[in-house]
Amino acid sequence: MSNSSEALFNFCLRLGDSNLILGHRLSEWCGHAPILEEDMALMNVALDLLGQTRVLLTYAGEVEGKGRDEDKLAYHRDTFDFKNVQLVEQPNGDFAETLARQCFFDNYHYLLLEKLSVSSDQTLRDHANKALKEVRYHCQHSGEWIVRLGDGTEESHRRMQDAINETWCFTGELFTDTAEDRELAEAGVVALPSSLKDGWNKQLSAILSEATLERPEDVPVPAMGKAGAHSEHLGYLLAEMQFLQRSYPDATW
Amino acid sequence: MVTDQVSIKQKAVWAALQTVMDPEIPIVSVCDLGIVRDVDEEEVIITPTYSGCPATEMIGLDIRMALDKAGFDDVKVRTSTSPPWTTDWITPKGREKLIEAGIAPPVQSSGSKQGLFSDKPNIPCPLCQSTNTILVSQFGSTACKALYKCGDCLEPFDYFKCI
Repeated sequence: MSNSSEALFNFCLRLGDSNLILGHRLSEWCGHAPILEEDMALMNVALDLLGQTRVLLTYAGEVEGKGRDEDKLAYHRDTFDFKNVQLVEQPNGDFAETLARQCFFDNYHYLLLEKLSVSSDQTLRDHANKALKEVRYHCQHSGEWIVRLGDGTEESHRRMQDAINETWCFTGELFTDTAEDRELAEAGVVALPSSLKDGWNKQLSAILSEATLERPEDVPVPAMGKAGAHSEHLGYLLAEMQFLQRSYPDATW
Repeated sequence: MVTDQVSIKQKAVWAALQTVMDPEIPIVSVCDLGIVRDVDEEEVIITPTYSGCPATEMIGLDIRMALDKAGFDDVKVRTSTSPPWTTDWITPKGREKLIEAGIAPPVQSSGSKQGLFSDKPNIPCPLCQSTNTILVSQFGSTACKALYKCGDCLEPFDYFKCI
């Protein structure tokens, strides 16, 4: 692969893997959410993310040109080959932690897709224009829950604030530029991650203030999932998600 | 004339497609939902509603079977995601059928931008037409629907979300 197609390949993996891993995390709530309507809502969001993953991983395989399809990329890679941001692999925790993670990602995702909707790459542009319509509802859903819990009872406020504080350290990675990011920005494929930060801060401030919650201090970004460095949680997630294909490679039904 | 033959064939293909119903809402055809985008003498172009809609593959298969049954096994089925599907493509007949099925059709144009705390649209109840309705959940029985409840007749109902 040339340098530019390698950067594009990695970008598709970064967004595709983030969608895939977050979708899988959300699906762990199936049958366990606090209320039936919320169980369905989380599964609907998971399904949107999975559908979007298929487009991105299929395209990644085409860009790479080694004959890997969406399934090969999803099921036949190990932890260090996954490029998702560390935020999405964090365990579900309680409902507040799930929502903090979701709200941080949804708002980032929306802003990223907005930039991607004018990309020089047609496949990514088409993908973004379709996905934006779906992610708009994800933002509404998670944002409204943050407000409901933050501005709710003493207990729900405390737990929502704890969840925000615990999860905040994973948001720095979303806006950190790498050499590949700069290459893609120069080629007009997608704007630099750092350029999304102001918009994200504005969205989050509006949600947090409506929810009577405090915005935590930013912390330095230690290691990045998009560079292949992951927390221990991803390995356990993959062990479950990839079990069938690892035990019975290329099984179909 | 060749052109006449083409248009007759296209008409016949459209007619065959009118018999293909959405698997989730079996009284609305895939044409009335705007899933069939174009028909020419060689192919039928369809578009998925949501990226993750599990019905997409089944719809493709149902269309294939309807074409084969009508003798159009030479017509291919192609999926295209651009331009992205929008609820604006649901036909007036499709909207009527949705109400018949107890599903409120989308109320506004899909062009609206992200409005996090924007005013919620007033969705009339498909059963008693009251606008005294409340949103129960943004995500209903499928990704394309939200769950509402009528404050007057007290019936819960699905609302086809604008996208």
